[in-house]
Amino acid sequence: MPNNNVQPPKASLWARLTRHQIVIPIAALLLLTIFNLIADPSFFNITLSDNSNGDPVLGGNLITIIDNGSELAILAIGMTLVTAASGGQDISVGAAIAISGSALLRVLCGGERTVDTFKNPLILAFLIACLVSMAFGAFNGVLVAFFKIQPMVATLILFTAGRNIACWINNSELPVVNDERLGYFGNYIPGIPIPTPFLIAVACFIITFLIMKFTNISLYVQSVGINEKSSRLNGLNPELIKLMTYVLLGLCVAVAALIKVGRISQINYSVIAKDIEMDAILAVALGGNALGGGKFSIASSVLGAYVIQFLTTTLYKFEVNAAALPAFKAVVVILLVVMSAPTVREKFSRLGRKLKKSKTAEAGNS
Amino acid sequence: MNMSNVNSSVSAVKKTRKRMTDTNLLTTITVTVFVVMYVCAILFLKEGFLKPQTMLNLISTNAYLIILACGMSLVMITGGIDISVGGVTALVAMSCAVYLDMHDGNVYISMLIAIGIGLAFGLVQGFLIAYLKIQPFIVTLAGMFFARGMTTIVHTNPFNVSNKDFVELKDTRIIIPLLGSTTKKGKFIPATIEIGVIVALVIVLLLFCLLKWTKLGRSFYAVGGNKQSALMLGINVQRTTFISYVICGLLAGIGGFVYFMHVGSGSPSHATGAEMNAIASSIIGGTMLTGGVGNIIGTLFGVLTLALIQNIVASLGLDQPWWTGITIAAMLCIFLVIQSIIISRRKKADMKAAAAQSNKEAAPAS
Amino acid sequence: MNDDSLLEMRGICKYFPGVKALQNVDFTLRKGEIHALMGENGAGKSTLIKVLTGVHVKDEGDIFLKDKGKVQIRSPQEAQNNGISTVYQEITLCPNLSVAENIFIGRGKGKFVKWRSMNKKAQELLDSLGIAIRANQQLASCSIAVQQMVAIARAVDMECSVLILDEPTSSLDENEVAKLFTLMRQLKERGVGIIFVTHFLDQVYEVCDRITVLRDGTLVGEYKIENLPRLQLVSKMLGKDLDDMADIKEAAPVYEGKDTTPVYEGKGLCSSEGINPFDFEIHPGEVNGFTGLLGSGRSECVRTIFGADKVTGGTVKMDGKPVKITKPREAMMNGIGYLPEDRKRDGIVGDLSVKDNIILALQVKTGFFKPFSKAKALEFANEYIKLLDIKTASVNTPIKSLSGGNQQKVILARWLLTHPKYLILDEPTRGIDIGTKTDIQKLVLKLASEGMSVTFISSETDEMLRTCSRLLVMRDRKLVGELTGDQLTQSAVMNTIAGGEKNAE
Repeated sequence: MPNNNVQPPKASLWARLTRHQIVIPIAALLLLTIFNLIADPSFFNITLSDNSNGDPVLGGNLITIIDNGSELAILAIGMTLVTAASGGQDISVGAAIAISGSALLRVLCGGERTVDTFKNPLILAFLIACLVSMAFGAFNGVLVAFFKIQPMVATLILFTAGRNIACWINNSELPVVNDERLGYFGNYIPGIPIPTPFLIAVACFIITFLIMKFTNISLYVQSVGINEKSSRLNGLNPELIKLMTYVLLGLCVAVAALIKVGRISQINYSVIAKDIEMDAILAVALGGNALGGGKFSIASSVLGAYVIQFLTTTLYKFEVNAAALPAFKAVVVILLVVMSAPTVREKFSRLGRKLKKSKTAEAGNS
Repeated sequence: MNMSNVNSSVSAVKKTRKRMTDTNLLTTITVTVFVVMYVCAILFLKEGFLKPQTMLNLISTNAYLIILACGMSLVMITGGIDISVGGVTALVAMSCAVYLDMHDGNVYISMLIAIGIGLAFGLVQGFLIAYLKIQPFIVTLAGMFFARGMTTIVHTNPFNVSNKDFVELKDTRIIIPLLGSTTKKGKFIPATIEIGVIVALVIVLLLFCLLKWTKLGRSFYAVGGNKQSALMLGINVQRTTFISYVICGLLAGIGGFVYFMHVGSGSPSHATGAEMNAIASSIIGGTMLTGGVGNIIGTLFGVLTLALIQNIVASLGLDQPWWTGITIAAMLCIFLVIQSIIISRRKKADMKAAAAQSNKEAAPAS
Repeated sequence: MNDDSLLEMRGICKYFPGVKALQNVDFTLRKGEIHALMGENGAGKSTLIKVLTGVHVKDEGDIFLKDKGKVQIRSPQEAQNNGISTVYQEITLCPNLSVAENIFIGRGKGKFVKWRSMNKKAQELLDSLGIAIRANQQLASCSIAVQQMVAIARAVDMECSVLILDEPTSSLDENEVAKLFTLMRQLKERGVGIIFVTHFLDQVYEVCDRITVLRDGTLVGEYKIENLPRLQLVSKMLGKDLDDMADIKEAAPVYEGKDTTPVYEGKGLCSSEGINPFDFEIHPGEVNGFTGLLGSGRSECVRTIFGADKVTGGTVKMDGKPVKITKPREAMMNGIGYLPEDRKRDGIVGDLSVKDNIILALQVKTGFFKPFSKAKALEFANEYIKLLDIKTASVNTPIKSLSGGNQQKVILARWLLTHPKYLILDEPTRGIDIGTKTDIQKLVLKLASEGMSVTFISSETDEMLRTCSRLLVMRDRKLVGELTGDQLTQSAVMNTIAGGEKNAE
């Protein structure tokens, strides 16, 4: 048999490093860091001061970033899986957070308008919130996996109805919980200077890592996302796997809702987690994941989420109006996406090759 | 359909029942549903719906959405999506408002501004998507962010426009001859519509002709049906995609101005969710997100159906804020499920018929 | 340029990262000639075609066209404008448009569509070519074979001077192939030059005038068909004399172990794909095959056995014990493996690495909560890369960048790794070069001798005759015959397929 021994040239270290998708959010991170270092190095200062309760807590922009970016990072985990398995995005996560948060408050308040202590144990409330958001996740999953409806379109339904449902759960009222323990989840636990949302996010990362290490979820999800028919013939059940990713996203939603509600101990149905779905999708894209499904890297998405938060905090520092923020995010996103677009990359590498050729030609001549 | 007695396969095929294309089938469903709903509304909710003015108000309020949805359908037929149209509408309204009131502007120039803004978005987004091959969702998501942000940057607070010429234009009504209702006192009030409706209907007509009778129009379908094939068939896929986004942007600009004429003010929160409504209308109208299938008439009825639901819900007295959202979501859900079932049934039937056909043809020769 | 040459390609070079796809290739096409372009997978055939049709831009070399001199072809549109038409193996038409639209889209002057005249012209064209469909029906409602004919009709209508047919017969049955050849001869009379890219040797010798052979991206030679007997052609494609083929050309294998308990025994099996209920059993170490015309239900039968299609009836026993097999997973758990017919659609998981593709089935078998360690996975992958001589840059290369033959080997490795009791191979040699084909046939016989049962399906009957000890014949989705021993000859097979009952109709 003929021997096609053509071996491609061994890729340089640089090429191998830049091949992994995590390069993209790292590049973004570096850009933002350099920008801030130049503009105002004090941006990075971390302070230890007392908060309103008299407990010493860490403060500063960096802390704000890891604090406020937590919900997004947690959502990015689930969104990455959903994108990888079903090749589409779930645009209902913001609405789902509203529903989950609404359910959480409903149980905590036991139906009353304002309470000073939990009417029901927090554990129960959280479990119910989880069940609710996982149920809605399953709803989305069924539409996508069994009815073969495109994810963006299927989740459009919950996107439209979600906040209305959240409203309905509490009968349009705005319950307020005055028990300070709820606040621990969104702010600080007395005696621990690190903001709790970050701790919760880290816990989620660890759990995710363990799941990825001790199960085949990565291989299965990628396989289903790349070639469903083939996956089926290898014994996988693509419908169940897709459904599972949506349910897992629902779980992430519940955790994010706990944090969000914990920040203010109440809820505003139309404002809570507004536009977070767009940020979550952005985080996944920024992480270099293919929005059409297939191979994925959760770490990249999580890093992408924090990069987005970093950007937001930087812009706030420059006193950009909150409502104008999206415009800046848009520009940054476009720049990043354009630079990582395959056509643009190809043009750069062609340029690179041409430069190399002329350099070696020069060297040869001299 | 008894094929066993037929001699040649040619006449066999000619005897098979004429079958509607996917596009036509879906559109027919939409129109039927709308008509049925309207008839039910008349029968069960009598009062309001029998007056032609009710129907015409429906169209007046949603004239801008018709225009937006037409552009959206076009992009969807080509296999893409544009979620920036709502943001562009708001930006157009605010920009024109500021121009007219704070710079003492001319109404006709403000129309040019509107078109200019829309075109700018269409050109940039189209370029990024068609030539740099970046995912439409990300590009138009950034576009939406940018537009919303810019709206606030142009002017932060909402305000009504008091420019005389403009207010005159805004309040112009076109009388529909022959239609109208009689008040209790016997006075005949003719039915009227806003200018925007004429604009919308003209655009619907133009787009319908474009899609049916021009080669460019057919190439949209081709690209949406199978991009690779379209390329091989000699269609300039990049240019076709680019043009679809440019037209969508242009229509967003025009729709934005029509919206502006309807509301008479500028505000950062105008047209929130308009892009999702446009998508929902298109889907209800039979356009599939996967591309290659869709019809402007269907989209028109999709918008009307959406508007009709809102009216019905309001007149049923269900005025809690959540009912409209939930009903639209339910409608969308139903349509999506029906569409997916019909299309998958057709595919199965096609494959069976095709296999039977080739066996029939093979048999006589062997 | 020669007077009767339509097309001359000289010194064509094309490089991809790490691969020299074409090096200094020449190709000449004359007027009114049907010219076969042959070579194994990885030889550069499809790259050459893509360069000619503007899908790839050549790195070096020149292309000359009659009456046009030297041309640059940088896009499919430019190729089309230069009178070069292509019909690909995968249908490159738009299923959502009508047949007539597909024929006329993307060309012609004017910005408007004249439906009536377009439909009329299309119908005339279809009728003149004997394609029995209506011009205004949606393309998706036609079978794949018909869609291909529509693609050819389009090329015919464009009055091309060069027509490229890239593996056009892979999805056609004999009837349709005959029609295609008639069409090709018609075009030949008109002076059209046809480039016919195919793996089917019989077809080449039936209809072509000349053959150009490529190997490893270089030109081996151009020959007139009468000057190149089959064995010489094959040896030129492989670059050596083919003793291997002779080795296998012995008497058809005979199976001894009829009295053992069947490894697999199915009764009354039927599926949602419309085959009539059939019984099937296979014994340890036996190799059997399914044969019949395209669409007769061969693949559907084995898919039913594996549970790949929805099983609607029947009972199954494995090693004498009743089991339930309605899903691929259940089949796998019971020790059955299945190499699908369409490797691109059903076989490879494109973006995943070679390593992941190899371990996939075994991993699923082992369970969700028991992932293999990196070392173990690497070990498995390397074992089979070595065993099957899979050519890949590394274990982590995405499988989609491998050539078709190597991809097939990876899928085979995947199932061999699961150590099945019963392995089903559906068209394992389709679209594969001769060298690998022989390897696979030898492997099948080796596995059988070690006790594995194998079902081997191939559209090339002589392959099956060389490896199977029993052939099941299908017609119109029904099992109509079983051939063993002396009956295993081409003519017996053909007769059984044709069947005596046809006169009774």
